[in-house]
Amino acid sequence: MIVQALTTSAAVAIAERRAGRPDAGIRSGRAHTLIERNVLALRTSNTISFLSGFVEPVIFLLAFGYGVGALVGTVSYAGIDASYAAFVAPALLAASAMNGAIFDSTFNVFFKMHFMRVYQAMMSTSLGPLDVALGEIGWAMIRGAAYAVGFLAVMTVAGLATTWWALLLIPAAMLIAFAFASIGMSLTSLMSSFQQLNWLQFVLLPLFLFSGTFFPITAYPEWLQVLVTMTPLWQAVALTRNLAFGVIDLSTLGHVLYFAAIAIVGLYATTRRLDALFLR
Amino acid sequence: MIRARALTKAYPAKPSGELLAVAGIDLDVAPGESFGILGANGAGKSTTMRMIGATLQRTSGELTILGRDPIHEGPLIRAHLGVVPQQDTLDTDLTVRENLLTYGRYFGLPRSQLRPRIEELLDFTQLQDKRDAKVDSLSGGMKRRLTIARSLINEPSMLLLDEPTTGLDPQARHILWDRLFHLRETGVTLILTTHYMDEAEQLCERLVVMDDGRIVAEGAPAELIRRYSSREVVEVRFGAQRNAEVVPHLQGIGDRLELLPDRILIYTDTGESDLQEIVARGHMPITALVRRASLEDVFLRLTGRSLEDA
Repeated sequence: MIVQALTTSAAVAIAERRAGRPDAGIRSGRAHTLIERNVLALRTSNTISFLSGFVEPVIFLLAFGYGVGALVGTVSYAGIDASYAAFVAPALLAASAMNGAIFDSTFNVFFKMHFMRVYQAMMSTSLGPLDVALGEIGWAMIRGAAYAVGFLAVMTVAGLATTWWALLLIPAAMLIAFAFASIGMSLTSLMSSFQQLNWLQFVLLPLFLFSGTFFPITAYPEWLQVLVTMTPLWQAVALTRNLAFGVIDLSTLGHVLYFAAIAIVGLYATTRRLDALFLR
Repeated sequence: MIRARALTKAYPAKPSGELLAVAGIDLDVAPGESFGILGANGAGKSTTMRMIGATLQRTSGELTILGRDPIHEGPLIRAHLGVVPQQDTLDTDLTVRENLLTYGRYFGLPRSQLRPRIEELLDFTQLQDKRDAKVDSLSGGMKRRLTIARSLINEPSMLLLDEPTTGLDPQARHILWDRLFHLRETGVTLILTTHYMDEAEQLCERLVVMDDGRIVAEGAPAELIRRYSSREVVEVRFGAQRNAEVVPHLQGIGDRLELLPDRILIYTDTGESDLQEIVARGHMPITALVRRASLEDVFLRLTGRSLEDA
């Protein structure tokens, strides 16, 4: 039987179970089905661009950590003397989490939204906009976290991860990636052309270079320091560097709350925007 | 299945005011019916379809789908529906089989249940040979068939088809019609928009003609033809320059005469003898055709435009 006219199908029974919930209009609890879809799609994805996310921070570590590091010698962070490579490595981990998450939530999401019309198809099922937002942002998080895990392995082999606290770099990278992806996807949902996406690259490069990644922000005048501490990559670098050096204090919690707040705002904005685009 | 009263969709228009894409329509569709919405591009067909599909909110009026209001119970309504959108939204990153699998997963259906279902649907849409092919390698007709298979994955009680055969070659259209006819016989409710007359005549038991956001006629195809057209139509062409010149000389032939840019249509019940009369009056057409009246003629009569030009 191809069609069951007027009997309750399994899909309807599933939707009925959710129907009474207050969030039934925006969420079906099936964000994981988007992750499944993205795993299947991996085979056709651009392997080179995926692998470059692993290689990029390693190249920076070689060039800056060991190349420039040979000139810099020993640096002191939070009263701990360390090699310049050890200083730079956690920052590169934070940046790779950011880059992975941003790439997926901007270029990939834009392509799926406007060219493949994947979300349009999803929204004609019983999925809600929050499922789609959670699924895609969650996927970008997985990608960012994968880069972080890879890089942490490199750090460990190179002897740059010296405390057990460094294991917390993985959940930290996931949080950072989730927050960046949620901003990335909400911005992407507002854009109508690839040109606008290029502006994002324009913002990412200075963010990468000047967020305390390669040198402490004490190099800046006071007012600029305050400004930089409010930017997301500085927050990410401060968090990962503290974890790598085993410096755990109240500021760690502050960074976590900062990213939790960004994640919630970005998720909310993305959900609203998907609803406006596909269900109104 | 569907009940709409004064259903309206307005969009804000450029300088001021609003554009009425759908301007207060009433619809009633019963279970198991195959119902068509016929109209030119921009008549409001797709807007109506999206409102029925619970992916577009109405501006005003009433709309209930399966007794529920799409504004409040969108996901639940969508669980009941199968949707074939006008433009393909197939997942080009995935194979044919994976498209069906992931779409079923979006509805929350377990893999164990989907596996046999997918086989059934691949058989039904004659896509077994292509099960592991990428979507991009499929022909237009196969993509449409896959979209139909996909729309059936959740065992919908109502199927929404927005211009299902637009852009397909005649052979692919006939394959598709055959499948849709099959579905119709299983008792699923079919809602179909089209600007092809033959499609509407073949697939719809009842239809509405939409023009400029409004419903201008409603009925069974044969009934509409009876009401708005004669039994036969004589089409004659004298060349683009001469058509208008000849019209005054054809007075008294047929019930009604329509001058189009490329041809003259004469509505009549006695086509052959009327054509002989035209020739007898000394006007030799370049081409001449006597045919049965179709929905195309109904549309022309109601809107003053031919569907293809519109």
